[in-house]
Amino acid sequence: MKINNNKNNTRDNLALTLKNLSKVYANGTVALQNINLTVGEGDFVSLVGASGCGKSTLLRTIAGLEKISSGEIKWGKKYLAQKLAFVFQEPVLMPWAKVVDNVGLPLKLSGVPQSQGRLRCAEAIHLVGLNGFEKVYPRQLSGGMKMRVSLARALVTQPSIMLMDEPFGALDEITRSKLNRDLLTLWQQQGWTVLFVTHNISEAVYLSNRVVVIGAPPGRVVADIPIEAPLPRSEYFRTSHLCNEYCREIWAHLQEAINPTPFEPKRTLKP
Amino acid sequence: MKKIFSADVIAPIIIGIFALLIWEILVRLMNLPPYILPGPLLVFQTLIEEWHNLFPSLLITLQITLMALMTATFSGLLVAILFAQSKWIERSFFPYAVILQTTPIVAIAPLIILWFKNNIFAALVVCASIVAFFPIVSNTTLGLNSVEANLNNLFQLYKASPWQKLIYLRLPSALPYFLGGLRISGGLALIGAVVAEFVAGTGGSQSGIAYQILMSSYNLEIPRMFAALFLTTLSGVIIFVSLTILSDLLLKNWHESAIKKYN
Repeated sequence: MKINNNKNNTRDNLALTLKNLSKVYANGTVALQNINLTVGEGDFVSLVGASGCGKSTLLRTIAGLEKISSGEIKWGKKYLAQKLAFVFQEPVLMPWAKVVDNVGLPLKLSGVPQSQGRLRCAEAIHLVGLNGFEKVYPRQLSGGMKMRVSLARALVTQPSIMLMDEPFGALDEITRSKLNRDLLTLWQQQGWTVLFVTHNISEAVYLSNRVVVIGAPPGRVVADIPIEAPLPRSEYFRTSHLCNEYCREIWAHLQEAINPTPFEPKRTLKP
Repeated sequence: MKKIFSADVIAPIIIGIFALLIWEILVRLMNLPPYILPGPLLVFQTLIEEWHNLFPSLLITLQITLMALMTATFSGLLVAILFAQSKWIERSFFPYAVILQTTPIVAIAPLIILWFKNNIFAALVVCASIVAFFPIVSNTTLGLNSVEANLNNLFQLYKASPWQKLIYLRLPSALPYFLGGLRISGGLALIGAVVAEFVAGTGGSQSGIAYQILMSSYNLEIPRMFAALFLTTLSGVIIFVSLTILSDLLLKNWHESAIKKYN
């Protein structure tokens, strides 16, 4: 049994450090305010918060898809930019390309020789359980399978850090828990560091060894809760007492985090 | 082969036969002379009699059309790719593409024919290309700029070069738009060719189908004029249908416009 716990991390095996990170949009909206966060190597950290709290923005900022306004992002030694993979909320597949070509895209873009690329594609497709679907176009796949293609595309580059932005948000409960289980297995196998954005508390508890609660507005860290439950976690863990306790704790923090703004219906239509 | 007997094919054919029937009956009932309005049977008869004159002319016009369509496609694609390189290029040059589109070809055709004094064929191709050029440019430019935002992010994350982005992302995204433009341009190239031939008139050394239409109307051989007109419109329909089939074949695996027909 293995428990990844950030308390054991010394300065050497930190994957990512965010220092006073802030993001202000051009119109003056503060999306993120003074975010301080360390992510240890091999951690599975979930960012939980209400929609619109800036958790996706935080992830996109880390990925370099958005510029930071102030503060800094420090990467660990091993974490070169190429070793980063991003999984979007939607599968984001090229509809004109077969599964194998979608999975192989990152390799093609970075100029990996074709023979080697084909091998790694096959491996990635095998890892997500899509054998036999190599020559199929995305539109012929179900939502869950499209997400698996997206996952395969992320892991084909053998990343050291995986940034996931509510990847299973659009899936039904059954598919979601199946993919949760597979993701957990892959994480243990591949030794990734994962930053996982979700608004589903029980998903966060089930997957992570740390849950970071983001409050809004503006986006800030309100709690950082280590999940000390042994791995691998079975389906029964989801309904266990321990899991419930964690969910309750996170829920309490989330309630606190939401600034009480009184609800005032505005009249926008003229009578 | 079941498709041939589908309602999509049978319904227009029935309408067509019905319309021709009414036309023939009206002409006979009202006793219209052929130089006012010939009946469809007479037109058809003339078409067969005059086939040896009309068909070679049609081939010349079709040659001009195809050359013009290819020129327009090639140059249109290049210009669209150029526009897609930067918003500033597009903003600065797009108005001129519009001007090219809105200039009446009838007005400038004589000038173009004058410039290409020795090569009337090339002049006609240029005229028809100008007409067919704009739909390709505007549609392809629209397509190249309609890449899904997340796919763009993905390519950015994997540090794709502008060239890789063009080849693997923007051009495939633009393909349905381009094919839509091509279908419009196919018909326009034919119209452009015919209009330019009209302007070139009977003085032209090459006699396309427009020359035949002109000559027939001068000589009051109205059935012959109708036969030539019929050949022209039929060619237009064939061009449109073949470009639609091409479009469906290229998009059948992934684009909504072509999926239902093949699966």
